[in-house]
Amino acid sequence: MLNYDIVIIGGGPAGMAAALKAKECGVDSILILERAETLGGILEQCIHTGFGLQYFGEELSGPEYASRFIDLVNKEKIEYKTDTMALEITDSNVVYAVNKKDGLLEIQAKAVILAMGCRERPRGALNIPGTRASGIMSAGTAQKYVNIDGYMPGKKVVILGSGDIGLIMARRMTLEGAKVECVCELMPYSSGLTRNIVQCLDDFGIPLYLSTTVIDIHGKDRVTGVTIASVDENRRPIPGTERLIECDTLLLSVGLIPENELTRAVGIGLDRVTNGAVVDEYRETDHEGVFACGNVLHVHDLVDFVTLESQTAGEGAARYVLGKKQKSDQVTTKGVGTVRYIVPQKINLNNEGDVKLFFRVGNTFKNATVKVKYNGNELISRKRPRLAPGEMESVLITKKMLDTFEKDGVIEISVEV
Amino acid sequence: MNYDVAVIGAGVSGAFAARELTKYNLKVVLLDRCNDVAMGTTKANSAIVHAGFDAVPGSLKAILNVKGNAAMSDVCKELHVPFKRIGSFVLAFSDEETVTLRKLLERGNENGVPGLEIYDSEKLRSAEPNVSDKAVAALWAPSAGIVCPYELTIAAVENAVKNGAEFIRNFRVSKIEDDGSVFTVSDGKQEVKAKYIVNAAGVYCDEIAALIGDNSIHTIPRKGEYMLCDKSSGNLASHVLFQCPTIMGKGALVTPTVDGNLILGPSAIDIEDKEDVATHADVLADILAKTQKSVPAVSTRDVITSFAGLRAHLESDDFLIGKSEKNGRFINVAGIESPGLSSAPAIGEMVAGIITEDCGAALNPSFDPVREEPVRFRHMSNEQRKALIEKNPAYGRIVCRCETITEGEILDAIHAPAGARDVDGVKRRTRAGMGRCQGGFCGSKVVELLARELGVEINEITKFGGESKILYERTK
Amino acid sequence: MTRNITCVTCPMGCSIKVEMTESGEITSISGNTCPRGEKYAKDEITHPLRSLATTVRVEGGIYNVVPCKSAGPLPKEKIFDCMQAVNAAAVNAPVTLGDVLIENICGTGVNIVATNHCPAK
Repeated sequence: MLNYDIVIIGGGPAGMAAALKAKECGVDSILILERAETLGGILEQCIHTGFGLQYFGEELSGPEYASRFIDLVNKEKIEYKTDTMALEITDSNVVYAVNKKDGLLEIQAKAVILAMGCRERPRGALNIPGTRASGIMSAGTAQKYVNIDGYMPGKKVVILGSGDIGLIMARRMTLEGAKVECVCELMPYSSGLTRNIVQCLDDFGIPLYLSTTVIDIHGKDRVTGVTIASVDENRRPIPGTERLIECDTLLLSVGLIPENELTRAVGIGLDRVTNGAVVDEYRETDHEGVFACGNVLHVHDLVDFVTLESQTAGEGAARYVLGKKQKSDQVTTKGVGTVRYIVPQKINLNNEGDVKLFFRVGNTFKNATVKVKYNGNELISRKRPRLAPGEMESVLITKKMLDTFEKDGVIEISVEV
Repeated sequence: MNYDVAVIGAGVSGAFAARELTKYNLKVVLLDRCNDVAMGTTKANSAIVHAGFDAVPGSLKAILNVKGNAAMSDVCKELHVPFKRIGSFVLAFSDEETVTLRKLLERGNENGVPGLEIYDSEKLRSAEPNVSDKAVAALWAPSAGIVCPYELTIAAVENAVKNGAEFIRNFRVSKIEDDGSVFTVSDGKQEVKAKYIVNAAGVYCDEIAALIGDNSIHTIPRKGEYMLCDKSSGNLASHVLFQCPTIMGKGALVTPTVDGNLILGPSAIDIEDKEDVATHADVLADILAKTQKSVPAVSTRDVITSFAGLRAHLESDDFLIGKSEKNGRFINVAGIESPGLSSAPAIGEMVAGIITEDCGAALNPSFDPVREEPVRFRHMSNEQRKALIEKNPAYGRIVCRCETITEGEILDAIHAPAGARDVDGVKRRTRAGMGRCQGGFCGSKVVELLARELGVEINEITKFGGESKILYERTK
Repeated sequence: MTRNITCVTCPMGCSIKVEMTESGEITSISGNTCPRGEKYAKDEITHPLRSLATTVRVEGGIYNVVPCKSAGPLPKEKIFDCMQAVNAAAVNAPVTLGDVLIENICGTGVNIVATNHCPAK
């Protein structure tokens, strides 16, 4: 049995930032478990630039952003094991993991930080009928083939879903010589960042069809085409709008799901909207000593925010290990109406500083007002020129506000137009 | 090459025919037009071992189903294939349907089905709590079970190959010549010679028979579409749940799979195209509505994939197994639709019986009925895992995260007798890519491993053979 | 004359309105929330720039390709020319992050640099 103060599951941007912060906060015994061959997580295949504008004030590619943290992890001599898969976390925070070199590892941790990231929603989740031909894959899988392996997964491409990976891959495939016929988006708005719509689609004249979906896939061995159709407000295809588009590839970018198998197996409470754990302001779950951060907690639009959140979790785990994080009465947060979720879901009343609440809206708004209420009384009212589902919002609950709260109080966030 | 018997079609019938034939001193070759075994009707069906009360008494379907069902436990033990005898219910939603249940019970008794019993609604619900409260009675058949049809077929072929049979893939028979004692079977590129032919070509049985001038078979491809639900809804049913056949057609079924998923389906539509396995939104919606009649809690939310299979239906509505009227050394195994999977061990035995009676082959003294149990890392204890990785570090690397499948298991699948040559082949043998992400992460890893082990470039790897390549050329 | 431009300098994605005279002279810029937006809008009208991120072929590396980017922005209309030049190039492993892979691509004065490591096989 190995012993560490903090075991971090996942060596992507979340895991590395959490590890570095925990180290900075005075914990030396840290182990990162990473299932891929290298640290860096999904950033290794995200070779486009646009990372780090918030955190470093520079425009970096994914691997560059990751390498800054990998270099720091090495410099700080934080231990990590790559090609290592965590299989189980027990009630008493023993982590079982496996790799080729060490075989089965049994690691007793004082604190565990979950940083496993997320995965792409597959075709089955959409239940698209049609054939089972080759040429249907998630945008992220295609990204790996093109950027890491250096092979083309298709030449005539339809992309379903206008999430950022889908948009990025539209440009990437175009640059590499493929013809991207269109991007279809089921919703009446894109969930991708505006800059990606401009630079990845508009620049190349790739049409974005909103309120449109793929209703059939054709081709026996390889995809030969897809049928697309407009959808009504209930997202049902409108008869008569069907259109056949010839293509050899259908890329799916239809959402990301936090990878919470380990979390679920140990019985940690999950938020039905985020599909991630329910956490407090330090991102501690309802399982004592287990923290979660990054895309395993909720899907972020920018890695910079993942880094910041993971530093919070790293600090929380360090405080827990050092006995500085005491149990306390809590208030809960609650999204109202279009506010789909809020992270954290709970705040400890003994918290020593301000707490930032992150939330996401379910629709696009112009000149809307974000209202924050505590037990029905307005705390904050802030005008926002633009709100969109693809962009995470935040409000700050100050220490001064926190001091007026009482056990089991409720903080509500709503949007008024 | 010269063989005693060429079996055309590596579905479940062909696989068991080949395996039974290797119990004798016969040189057997198994040919399939696809890149793997179990690629036709066998790949996509309800995965049920029926009790045997459906078929008309005295029919081959009735006889072989009951016989095959009885043999299934031992066969699955020998082949190390999970088989669960969970029992089935036929649900009745009216007094009229209750009458049908009684008829089925009588028919089952006549067919020799053990343990049939009619349950009232109370007894039904205590056995199957999620069943609709509109079900007034049910026919209980304790001998019904579930098995994974391609797993069974893969295991049977592996065992046949282990006992000396040969498997040739991508062999689409296009020509058969007979010199009176030896057939020459060709696909236009290669040929094999064999004294006997077993025509187990599923929906293509009629075309294969026509190659020797036997035009007596007319196969009607009958399409069945299905939905597969996530393991989280696998506990909605713990038995196979049928509905009463009515004049409006056969109802839909709900059944758990051996892996803990839930299957909903099938539709039944006669079509022309023998390769059309596309699914359709309206058909799937209809299936859902029908299955909700049995189990109201099933929902599209839990559906992880849909698929379709073709059943090889004959107008006679019975299996056609026996010597062709045109050639006594050409054995037809045609019209093998439901209960073909249930009957497979008995079909294999019957085919071997016909051939050995004709040629008088002696028993093969070195026949070994056991197919070694494949490593299933996900089912092991941590102690077993520790020992396994010490012996072979490849089991220490997880490739498929959703299903916890190791590199070692994938290498085993590739190097097994008649092993996997494509991504779907690895998936069927190991479950890599069958989980929630459906191969999003591990798909490219599996491609890499296949390329490495088969000694080819990764852009030569296919999803399921033929033109189903996954990658084009290098980007640069 | 009015042109609407979506600013992509940061994720805010401000909608910027640029008013111009017939001759193309900018008379007003509005809708931006920071000075970077104003500069972006001006540049987008006069000489639009884009950064390029792609891969370069590697010989003898553990990977077939290594990711790279233009060290600075390139004229938008030259992106496909630059892509061609990148596709024609090949470098030998090992490659280190930050290595200049192609100098002064297509005469733009901008270098193509590696954005990850690629160790030798």
